[in-house]
Amino acid sequence: MELFTNQILAGISTGAIYACIALAVVMIYQAIDHLNFAQGEMAMFSTFISWQLMQWGVPYWGAFLLTLILSFMGGIFIERLLFKPLAKAPILTNVAGFIALLAILNSSAGLIWDFTIKEYPTPFGSAPFLGSRLISTHQAGMIGVTVLLLIALYVFFTYTRVGLAMRAAASVPESARLVGINTSWMIALGWGMAAAIGSIAGMLIAPVVFLEPNMMLGVLIYGFAAAVLGGLTSPFGAVIGGFLVGVIENLAGTYIPGVGNELKLPIALALIITVLVVKPAGLFGRPIVKRV
Amino acid sequence: MTALLNIKALDAFYGQVQALHGLEFSLNEGSVTTLLGANGAGKTTTLRAICNMVRSTGAIEFDGEPLLGRSTENIVRLGIAHVPQGRGTFTTLTVEENLQLGAITRSDRSAVSSDIERMYAHFPVLKQRHTQQAGTLSGGEQQMLAVARALMLRPRLMLLDEPSFGLAPLIVRDLFKILGRINREEKVTILVVEQNAQLALELADHAYVIETGRIVMSGSASEIADHEDVRKSYLGY
Repeated sequence: MELFTNQILAGISTGAIYACIALAVVMIYQAIDHLNFAQGEMAMFSTFISWQLMQWGVPYWGAFLLTLILSFMGGIFIERLLFKPLAKAPILTNVAGFIALLAILNSSAGLIWDFTIKEYPTPFGSAPFLGSRLISTHQAGMIGVTVLLLIALYVFFTYTRVGLAMRAAASVPESARLVGINTSWMIALGWGMAAAIGSIAGMLIAPVVFLEPNMMLGVLIYGFAAAVLGGLTSPFGAVIGGFLVGVIENLAGTYIPGVGNELKLPIALALIITVLVVKPAGLFGRPIVKRV
Repeated sequence: MTALLNIKALDAFYGQVQALHGLEFSLNEGSVTTLLGANGAGKTTTLRAICNMVRSTGAIEFDGEPLLGRSTENIVRLGIAHVPQGRGTFTTLTVEENLQLGAITRSDRSAVSSDIERMYAHFPVLKQRHTQQAGTLSGGEQQMLAVARALMLRPRLMLLDEPSFGLAPLIVRDLFKILGRINREEKVTILVVEQNAQLALELADHAYVIETGRIVMSGSASEIADHEDVRKSYLGY
C-alpha cells in the first residue's frame, strides 16, 4: 500500500511539470491554432539561463524571477521575429518554423553551455517531506509552485481586462478587433506567457533530470500527451491531463510487468493515440455549443 | 448640420477584384442613414472599408480625422462601433463577458457597469441569460447582444450590417424600434445596410442607393421611398 501511495504522489509531482508544459502548449495552441514543438527546448534554454545567472552569483529566487521575465520577453521576441510573419502561412510552413526553432535552441544551448550533464540546485531541499517517506520536499515544492501558478492564471484570465481580451482574441479574432483589441499583441502576449510558464517547468524538473540540452525531449512528449488528454482547447483540462499522465506513467511503470522505466515513454504515445481515436476533444475540451 | 463621416472617391479591392468604384457620400451627425442595394452591390464592403477591413484607396474622414491607413482597432477607438454581418458573437464567452468586451477600450469602470445595466434595460432577455454561453442564444438574441455590445463602446457612429438577417419579422420590428430609440436618446449616428428596404427607410432620415460599387441615387428617406425605380426594385410594388 505504501508503494502505491508513493507512486501516486510521485506521479502527481512529475505530473505538475507535465501540467506546466501542457499549459504552455495549450496557450499557444489557443492563440495560433498550432502545436509548438519547440516548447520543451524553449523551457530548456530558459533553464540554462537561470543556471548561468546562478553561476554568476545570483541567489536562486532572484535567478528564478529574472528567468521568468527574460523568458517572457524572449517568447514575445520569438513571436514577433518568426511567427508573426508566418501568421497567414500554411500549416506545414508553421511546423517547419517550430522544428527550426527547436533545432536552433537545442544547438545554441549545446554551443554555449556544451552537452555535458550539469547539476541543478533545488530551493526546497530533498529531505523527506514533513517526515514522511512518501514524498520529498522538492516534489512537494513542484506541486506547490504549480498550484500557485494555476491560481494566478485563473485569476488573470477570469478577472482582468487583459485576460478577457486574450480570451476574446482567441475566440473570434475579427470581432476582437472590432471592439478595439490589438489581436496581434494578444498573440505575442500568449507566447510570452507560454515561455514563462515553460521556464518554470524547466527550472523545477532540472534537479530531477539534470541540466543538459536534451533534458526536455521526453518531458515535451508527456506534455503533449497531457494536453491531448485534457483537451487542447482547455487550460484546465491540460492541468488535469498533466497530473493524470504523471500518475498513469508511474503506475504503469510499477505494476505492469515488462514496462519498467524503459518503456514509460511509449505509454505517453499510446495515450495520445488512444485519446485521439476514442475522444478527440479530450476529457475537458469543450465541444462548442451552437444553435442552428 | 455638420458631416460626421465624409467619404470621397473610395475604391475597394478584394485581391484583383474592384468592389467599390469612386464611392462618395456623407453622414450628418445624429442622423440615421441607410445604404440600399442588391446583393453584391458593395454595401458590406463599404462598411468594411470604413473600418479598414478591406484594402481601399480614396478618402474617409471621421470628424475631420482621416481613417485610411489606421488599423481596425484604432478606428474603433475613435468611437466607431461596427456590428458585422453574422453578428460576430464571442460564442464561447458568456453574455456578460460579451458586453464587457464591447467596453474593453474604456477605462471608466463604474460607468461601464452602469452601462451594462442600461443594456439589460434595453434588452431584458440578455439579463435573464447573462451567465449563459453566448453561442446558446437564438439568432434574435445574438443580434440584440451584438447591438448592445456595440453600444457599450459609447460610440458616436454605429455601423450595422444587415441587422434583420435571419430574424423573424416580429423580432426585426422590435430591433428597429430599439435602434430608433438609441438614435434619439443616445444621439448615436447610425449607418445601416439593409436588404429589408421598407424597414430601413422607415427608420432612416437619409438614404443612398448603391449599384455595382457606385452611388446611383441619394435623398431623404421619404424621397427615396417614393421614387418609382426604388419602389419597383427594392420595395416590390
